[in-house]
Amino acid sequence: MLTNRSKIVVKKEMSFLEKLWIPAILSGMMITFKHIFYKKATVRYPDQKRPFAPVYRGLHVLKRDENGAERCTACGLCAVACPAEAITMIADERQKGEEALYREEKYASMYEINMLRCIFCGLCEEACPKEAIFLTDRTVPSEFLRETFIFGKDKLVEKIDQPIDVRIRQTQDVLEFKTDPVPLHNQMYNGQ
Amino acid sequence: MTGFLIYKIVIVVIVFAMALVIAMYSTYAERKVSAVMQDRVGPNRAGPFGLLQPLADGLKMFMKEEIIPNVANKWLFILGPCIAMLTACMTAVVIPFGSGLVFDGQLYPMQITDINIGVLYLFGVVSIGVYGIMIGGWASNNKYSLLGALRASSQMISYEIAMGLAIIALIMTTGTLSLSEIAKQQDAGFANVVYQPLGFLIFLICAFAETNRAPFDLPECETELIGGYHTEYSSMKLGFYLFAEYINMFISSAILATLYFGGYNFPFQHEVQEFLGLGQNAFALLQTVLLFGKIFFFIFFFMWVRWTIPRFRYDQLMHLGWRILLPLSFLNIVLTGLGMWATGQLH
Repeated sequence: MLTNRSKIVVKKEMSFLEKLWIPAILSGMMITFKHIFYKKATVRYPDQKRPFAPVYRGLHVLKRDENGAERCTACGLCAVACPAEAITMIADERQKGEEALYREEKYASMYEINMLRCIFCGLCEEACPKEAIFLTDRTVPSEFLRETFIFGKDKLVEKIDQPIDVRIRQTQDVLEFKTDPVPLHNQMYNGQ
Repeated sequence: MTGFLIYKIVIVVIVFAMALVIAMYSTYAERKVSAVMQDRVGPNRAGPFGLLQPLADGLKMFMKEEIIPNVANKWLFILGPCIAMLTACMTAVVIPFGSGLVFDGQLYPMQITDINIGVLYLFGVVSIGVYGIMIGGWASNNKYSLLGALRASSQMISYEIAMGLAIIALIMTTGTLSLSEIAKQQDAGFANVVYQPLGFLIFLICAFAETNRAPFDLPECETELIGGYHTEYSSMKLGFYLFAEYINMFISSAILATLYFGGYNFPFQHEVQEFLGLGQNAFALLQTVLLFGKIFFFIFFFMWVRWTIPRFRYDQLMHLGWRILLPLSFLNIVLTGLGMWATGQLH
């Protein structure tokens, strides 16, 4: 009786009315009948999609800048930050005449994310100094072969005519966090 | 003679088509009723509100591979679902669906055939229904099928007795075995349920057991018997078994409505007829519509019970059948006799 939660079981003989079971059956049937008028819990999926949470981390996108040039400079910070080691890239130098394609002198000629390794933690996004990689509210489509889950630049870089809106994840908290010179999670090392 | 033949052919086609369509949409209704009782939506993809779902299910059943086990007795294996389906359809023959249509001054009863032992015929045919399950389970040559078939037959036999005795009490008051006579008698007086409340309750419970519906659906049982008597069945032969259950449910509802709830009669029907100024034909159709209202209510009731009450354990089932319902139905007969003796109605 320490918690006062124990129930005392009374084992009494059932009365005649209870032994008939019919009142119990009727009350049970009333309950199921009432449920006919309850609100349905079903979400009719293909017709009706539930919105993702604002912090949902799904399929990555490599952003372009306002002129349509790729923002990524292949610095490799995302690959270093990645705990699952899902990101691989090869850096290359921008040639003359490619200024419209790549924002800075260096760019990633190959950039792959293995979607089977990725744990969608969002550390790549956090590490990126160029605001190039973002996790979006899209999901990774299902495939039949393992190879097809290695997403190259063809799938990751956004199309020029179809920019992908990543503002949903850029909440005020996230923006403040990014401008903070001493990020919250590093403060403990500085003794603050 | 030709007129008679045409009339019979037309009514047979109408009644069977109706029974099949209603059974088809009972499968849909079952899924919808179970869904709304569990706060779900139910089938809604095939057609508006999922109304084409039964057709899709039927198509699926036809498209499935048909497997006959090597060790099965082939002919009996095929015979099983045929008997189940045939007997389910045959029972619709004696149910009166209305007081009759008049053409050229001649009355055409809305009943395929009015045999004077209608109730006996019903019992005979329904008891053959168990052979479908038993033969199917036996011919499968599979222990689970056999166990399911055993359960089905012992359950049906034990409940049929109580059911028959409940009907005997009813027949004592009506004095006839013809279903159309029984329906006609309820036009003059009250519905039989007023005179036979206990008999109605016994009959209702037994009807659940006879149609193998929950809470008496022990012959089919995934956890204990894999599938029960239809474990080895596939394709449309399985469909026949499942379909026969729904036809049986429709027939049981029709019988319940006819025997105990006034059949096609409804309260103050002649006043209503006079008030609306209906001719015999329009009146008979109105009766039919209301009879179907009663039948649909009972079908809903069958489903309602199925999605409310957990099933019995097998020994509880037998206990209920032999030790409770059987003595109760004897008691019912005695009480009916005493009541008739007291009111001086003994024939």
